[in-house]
Amino acid sequence: MHVYLPIAELSVNWFTLLVVGGGVGFLSGLFGVGGGFLMTPLLIFLGVPAPVAVGTGAAQILASSVSGVLAHWRRQNVDVQMGIALTLGGFAGSALGIWIFTLLRQAGQVDLVIRLCFVFFLGGVGGLMLIESARSWFRQASAGVRKRKLREHHWLHGLPLKLRFRRSKLYISALLPFTVGFAIGILTAIMGVGGGFILVPAMIYLLGMPTQMVVGTSLFQTLFVAANVTILQSVTNQTVDVMLALLLIVGGVVGAQLGTRFGARLRGEQLRTLLALLVLGVGLKLAFDLVTTPDDFYSLAPEGQ
Amino acid sequence: MRRAFPALIAAVLAIACMPARAQPLVADLSQHLVAITAGFTGADIVMFGATDGPGDVVVVVTGPPKPTIVRRKGRLGGIWVNRESMLFADAPTFYGVASSKPIDEILSPQQLDRHQVGVNHIRLLPPNPEARRDDIPEFREALVRARQRDGLFAVEPGKVTFLGERLFRARVVLPAKVATGSYRVQVLLVRDSQVVTVQTTPLLVSKIGFSADVFDFAHHQAAAYGLIAILIAAAAGWTAAAAFRRI
Repeated sequence: MHVYLPIAELSVNWFTLLVVGGGVGFLSGLFGVGGGFLMTPLLIFLGVPAPVAVGTGAAQILASSVSGVLAHWRRQNVDVQMGIALTLGGFAGSALGIWIFTLLRQAGQVDLVIRLCFVFFLGGVGGLMLIESARSWFRQASAGVRKRKLREHHWLHGLPLKLRFRRSKLYISALLPFTVGFAIGILTAIMGVGGGFILVPAMIYLLGMPTQMVVGTSLFQTLFVAANVTILQSVTNQTVDVMLALLLIVGGVVGAQLGTRFGARLRGEQLRTLLALLVLGVGLKLAFDLVTTPDDFYSLAPEGQ
Repeated sequence: MRRAFPALIAAVLAIACMPARAQPLVADLSQHLVAITAGFTGADIVMFGATDGPGDVVVVVTGPPKPTIVRRKGRLGGIWVNRESMLFADAPTFYGVASSKPIDEILSPQQLDRHQVGVNHIRLLPPNPEARRDDIPEFREALVRARQRDGLFAVEPGKVTFLGERLFRARVVLPAKVATGSYRVQVLLVRDSQVVTVQTTPLLVSKIGFSADVFDFAHHQAAAYGLIAILIAAAAGWTAAAAFRRI
């Protein structure tokens, strides 16, 4: 039942990996997020070295985003123009992020920064989503509809390099998606996640994209950024374990399909509330670990990490 | 490995039956190569040997050393942050020990230190003397503790069993996450608190077959490996999308 992972250099029960992949895949299919923010901590918990968990996670995210993009492409829910602008920003951002990652690793603080990033973003995004969905429950209860203006005009629209994004029905500066992609790219490199859980709200609230375009386009961007990270990690750190990735992918794709089917039976607000609770829960757990007294004050690392 | 036992026992018996004046201690391993294949879940290293008379036997297995940093956490504004750190240049990645009697009954602390017998007697020091602060023992203990948690350092010494007066057998377990490289197996013969003789045998732990090929490929042709990883991942994603569209 055990399989030896050649790059992670440890032996793990392959059934456990299928279940982990399937579980994360189910949640990502259910909520339309990549699930990297669950996968990376779970792999580290299983004993996979953190750099291998991050590197292999990128390959797994690539597989699930290819599968997701194809599904959305058929429904014409991918804004290629917007995706390219986001991707270019993402490439630049992840280059900067990998440089920051190296500096932090040398200072021995990469663990802390990763955890703080997770706590901050998971807590923030989860909290906002929870408030938002609580409001929508409330709004439904009291039928008084006060519709928010969809696109307000403010200084962001005065930026140069304006482009018409046909699919998204937007006329905004290309610098805007580029900057969003850039910021997400930095986080992707440091946290080892696809960034969907930050990208999706950013596209809705900052760029003002129509919701049905958001998931497909975000997956389109994730595909290229994940491919880029997979190559970079393979070349610089040799931390992509194909064996581990394959087992996670097999579990993940099956789980994702089941999740999508199950998700179709739930209402939008229910889904969003559940996702908010999940994101918030993971964030709180990490925050809790940061403040509670550790079992052992000491930790080991090979030299240079 | 088990198939090798009868042959080994026969060999050891042959050695034991010979006039034993030549060498006070003869010992050999059940295997000199531990192959890490796709199904590797750890290995038992069995050592057989004979002495030329009464005495105690200690077997020490040391894994290849690797520079290792130990970091200590401290509280900073309510959260736990890595503060001080110490580099140990030659920290063994594995340490196993087995003896015929508790080691501190066989040897004096000085002798234990000299021959590095027992986890508390492994030579662990920062590489440069100026870095040697007085908190070395705490960091040292932390390193040993962490390795013990991973099952890489012996918590309790194993047993060396004597079959009769002169034949002995010892077993050391290598866990699934052992490092690859060349290990050193030392057999010490002790009489009257003195180490009479030490025999050193090499043991190679190495990846064999598919895992070895993957590892070599990933390290020697990193870019090609990365590209193949991308293709595999993309193909898997595409297959999944195509397969589930039909259902």
